[in-house]
Amino acid sequence: MNNSPSSVVSAQKLGLTFETSDGPVHALSNVDLTVNKGDFVSFIGPSGCGKTTFLRVIADLEKATAGEITVNGMTPEEARKSRSYGYVFQAPALYPWRTIEKNIALPLEIMGYSSTDRKARIERTLDLVNLSGFGKKYPWQLSGGMQQRASIARALAFDADLLLMDEPFGALDEIVRDHLNEQLLKLWARTEKTICFVTHSIPEAVYLSTRIVVMSPRPGRVTDVIESTLPRERPLEIRETPEFLEIAHRVREGLRAGHSYEE
Amino acid sequence: MKPDSSRNRIIPVLTILIAIVAVWYVAAYFMNAPFQRDLDRRANVTSTTMEFIGKTMAQPKPILPAPHQVVSNVFENTFLRSVTSNRSLVYHSWVTLSSTVVGFTMGTLTGILIAVGIVHLKALDRSLMPWIIASQTVPILAVAPMVIVVLGAINITGLLPKALISTYLSFFPVAVGMVKGLRSPELIQLDLMRTYYASGAQTFWKLRVPASIPFLFTSMKVAIAASLVGAIVGELPTGAVAGIGSKLLAGAYYSQTIDIWAALIAGSVLAALLVTIVGIIAKIVDRSMGGRPA
Repeated sequence: MNNSPSSVVSAQKLGLTFETSDGPVHALSNVDLTVNKGDFVSFIGPSGCGKTTFLRVIADLEKATAGEITVNGMTPEEARKSRSYGYVFQAPALYPWRTIEKNIALPLEIMGYSSTDRKARIERTLDLVNLSGFGKKYPWQLSGGMQQRASIARALAFDADLLLMDEPFGALDEIVRDHLNEQLLKLWARTEKTICFVTHSIPEAVYLSTRIVVMSPRPGRVTDVIESTLPRERPLEIRETPEFLEIAHRVREGLRAGHSYEE
Repeated sequence: MKPDSSRNRIIPVLTILIAIVAVWYVAAYFMNAPFQRDLDRRANVTSTTMEFIGKTMAQPKPILPAPHQVVSNVFENTFLRSVTSNRSLVYHSWVTLSSTVVGFTMGTLTGILIAVGIVHLKALDRSLMPWIIASQTVPILAVAPMVIVVLGAINITGLLPKALISTYLSFFPVAVGMVKGLRSPELIQLDLMRTYYASGAQTFWKLRVPASIPFLFTSMKVAIAASLVGAIVGELPTGAVAGIGSKLLAGAYYSQTIDIWAALIAGSVLAALLVTIVGIIAKIVDRSMGGRPA
């Protein structure tokens, strides 16, 4: 069942151990997880639970030391080489010497898209993240939230069905974050991408996701997978409904269960 | 930039300049007074204090020439002589400038090449860096004559040997600066390239090179000043017939202290000019790369 044609990411008994001078650190152990096409999966947990590491394994930025993982039916390395995902980092990581549109053009240049194609894609993705008209600006001329939107546009510019987002809004204030969450859902509905989203905010995870993966540290592992019962259409007000609070409660319980306070 | 910032900068600089000139005049009096007293005694001349002070500032070969003597010498030899004349400071500056620029260009290119090698090849990183640092601990005054003599022996004379000394001095700051610059991209920016499956060449041209540009210009400012020193030093041991270095040497031979100081001024003006030009180019490049106006 893990390798059904609709599975985008499929991990079995996945483990990753870093060898450090203080002995081995078990960043991930025994992770079983399937992400299906079109899912919006959030990974939530305290720091050190391996949520970012898991995302980086999918992206082939780290190599698993145990178990199996496939991305689009390939190994992560093959998936990376066939450019099957876009990655949004915690920081926008825009190149300061490039304008916004040149930043979005960066992956397109590297992947060899023609210049007319590049132009069309830049325009389309700028529109997707509501940054039309800002293409000629340099990153420093934009606010933090706009910079992060530009970096999302950059990840959407090429044809990857999978979007990996590592706490993309973690450094932004709550108001901007709410706004971006709302926009992200609209964007997800329009583009029909599969999204893996790392966060440490419970409301953010519940608001955005179709599934929430709760993780806990030492060793990094999955403690609960919660299927959201919320409808796909989600106005911001949905966060005050009993249904929303119920899911948030379950997430909080899961986090508490996985966290040993004796340490 | 605030509109009054240039004025804010000029006033402190002028204050220091006036202080230097004042100290210089006082020093000139005291340095030249003993010799002047000697002269007066031999000629049996008695003069008032003011006359005496005036004379200490008007000797043809003073120990320390007064500022106005140097200024008038610089003015005469810069503006009142044909630029092809052997006495023209413009001519000598031009000779030094040309070897400075050639040496600087070669030094910058060498420095960049070395940095690229060090950043990309671990073996070079380990083997080359200690040698590069050691190369700069050798006193250039000891190396320069050997370079000139050895190259002269194989019939390489004129501009090139001097330029090579400039190269020797200028490649170092560029190499060190560029190693730092090419390694300046953050991990996250490199990870980004990895997620795109970018080739090494793409990462180099689209990330490492643009990231290193500010480092390049900072080190080029140091390198151009070092190149000028190299060119002047290169002119000293050869008995070169032209250039600021030869002017300094000739001045020393014939105790033409005013000429020495004039040559020094010419050298300083040249250095300031070169550093300013590099600075202006740096600013233009920075603007075109989206630099935030300071």
